[in-house]
Amino acid sequence: MSDFKSESNLEKVLKAGHFAFTGECGPPKGANVEHLKEKISFLKGNVDAVNITDNQTAVVRMSSCAASAILIKEGVEPNFQMVCRDRNRLAIMSDILGAYSLGIRNMLCLSGDHQRFGNHPEAKNVYDIDSMQLIALVKKMRDEGKFMNGEDIDVPPRLFIGAASNPFAEPFEFRVHRLAKKINAGADFIQTQCIYNMDKFREFMKRAVDMGLTERCYILAGVTPMKSVGMARYMADSVPGMDVPDQLINRLKGAAKGKVAEEGVKFALEQIAEFREMKGVAGVHLMAIEWEHKVPEIAERAGMLPRPKV
Amino acid sequence: MIVADRKPLSEIQDMIKGRDNILIIGCKGCVTVCNVGGLKEVRILASSLRIAAKKEGYSLKVDEKVLERQCDPEYIEQVKSTIHDYDAVISMACGVGPQFLSEAYPDQKFFPAVNTTFFGGAVSHGIWEERCAGCGTCVIHYFDGMCPVARCSKSLLNGPCGGSNKGKCEISKDVNCIWDMIVKKKIEQDRLNDLLNFMPAKDWRTARDGGPRTSRREELIQ
Amino acid sequence: MEEAFEPQIIAFCCKYCAYAAADLAGSMRLNYPTNIKILQVPCTGRVDIIHLLRAIEDGADGVYVAGCLEGDCHFVCGNLKTRRKVEYVKKTLSELGIEPERVEMYNLSSAMGPRFAEIANEFGKRIKDLGPSPLRIKQAA
Repeated sequence: MSDFKSESNLEKVLKAGHFAFTGECGPPKGANVEHLKEKISFLKGNVDAVNITDNQTAVVRMSSCAASAILIKEGVEPNFQMVCRDRNRLAIMSDILGAYSLGIRNMLCLSGDHQRFGNHPEAKNVYDIDSMQLIALVKKMRDEGKFMNGEDIDVPPRLFIGAASNPFAEPFEFRVHRLAKKINAGADFIQTQCIYNMDKFREFMKRAVDMGLTERCYILAGVTPMKSVGMARYMADSVPGMDVPDQLINRLKGAAKGKVAEEGVKFALEQIAEFREMKGVAGVHLMAIEWEHKVPEIAERAGMLPRPKV
Repeated sequence: MIVADRKPLSEIQDMIKGRDNILIIGCKGCVTVCNVGGLKEVRILASSLRIAAKKEGYSLKVDEKVLERQCDPEYIEQVKSTIHDYDAVISMACGVGPQFLSEAYPDQKFFPAVNTTFFGGAVSHGIWEERCAGCGTCVIHYFDGMCPVARCSKSLLNGPCGGSNKGKCEISKDVNCIWDMIVKKKIEQDRLNDLLNFMPAKDWRTARDGGPRTSRREELIQ
Repeated sequence: MEEAFEPQIIAFCCKYCAYAAADLAGSMRLNYPTNIKILQVPCTGRVDIIHLLRAIEDGADGVYVAGCLEGDCHFVCGNLKTRRKVEYVKKTLSELGIEPERVEMYNLSSAMGPRFAEIANEFGKRIKDLGPSPLRIKQAA
């Protein structure tokens, strides 16, 4: 038996001490497999694993489990996201078993955006368990080989357990404690919310390092390059828990005509360079929202290529 | 108390369409306290329906009645002799009222005039807020008197989620993030350690999820 | 309905202001419509939604409440509370397809005799322009 919990590529990359680089892809709003394949073609070989979102922002899309299975066929490792909004514990456990059976080895445990934002605000939500309890559940299934009720699982799912952390949401002073709680519950790796406020993130990481959290868990810093001033404003004003300093908005505004996106990429590259040196940061999670074709260029310019073979 | 909101007049008018002799029954319980189905509101609804009928030129008789409670058979019985004098009956009680009436008088047609919304209280005159989800297993003592099951949009027991923003919930700037309040109170009281404990998944059998609930008090059963 | 339309108007007048102003208007020999039926109330706060609705229900073409100037209520805030009730009744009438302008709230002081006459004339004209209450039209027919 190996020492690996899941033998996923992401786990191996991290355990070998490489600086991990993960991407993200939203499944299509339909059964357009070709479109999904096109999007992931930009990510293939340029990242260690690709997060497949689960009805992200509560908008109905192809199931994250099915889209993850398509990725595997395409030779790209998925990081299967699951939210607690849409499933009760029965569906959660059966989806976990199904996902594992399809070859999925990474799973990100999330509460999920409230459906009131989404395209079916009339829906009933579930929230049978919360993201913390989901982490503990996946760990129990993997390490104890037991269902939530204590019954034995016939071939337990061996998953590399991920969780999200928003270092910027309030109350700020509690965020690092909640991170610790997720690690205690069983998170193997953490992907953070998009980072724009570097000062605040440095402070957050310092606390995490001081608490010894980075010894017990891999933290991947979230990066989303800004495409336009409008996007920056929207993120600042309308996306809950997002902290976009005016300084960055002004910097984008100051860019020459037609160069705003390039300025956004430059900022992202500066961030990645700093994260590589920052104590406790084990990698970067690049969320290039509807900008997948830009990933090869960003990976190249960030010096992330070639990705390690482990 | 149980809080409710009056249905729009047009919806109530649609319900009683074609009937010209109706009774409106209010309730002196919760719906009186939250000003939606007590004597005053019965009178207002009755008058509004009569105005509508007069305007359209048809005759409509609307009688008004208020019961002590509509959630106890002994009070439901008080309308026994008159309930069949009407084409239909509108109940202004919470969802319990029209059901108890229907059970007692299966031949009569009962309509609800209010939408029953939540268990809550008046935070100031004219404003009511939800406080309890009736989950059947109270946990508020873990959270310094604030219930995340009822008051967190996601009923998180290990909050706050990443959508908490300046003390507000991600669903709306008008909704307080109860988890923000819980964390702040724990910090103020120097009890933040309480929140570092993992809260295990809830047993929802005691909530509605376990099926319709019955409460039996053996010492009272006759 | 051949003859000229003479609106039936109910005015709920607070005894500390509007009712006294009506007296003053009388002693000043100011003209205002005679078809306004004035009801004295101890404070406009006493006027409830049901009173306004009943007036409409029983055939009034218009109803108004006249209370003290805002901030001058003898009982602190009766006039402010009743302004909200008037708004509620306006909303109810709208829902029923009846002109909400048939109900109004006015504020004045006891010294404002001419203003009382002005309000009475103004509201009388408004209702005259609106025509008879739809409830009366149907009943006559």
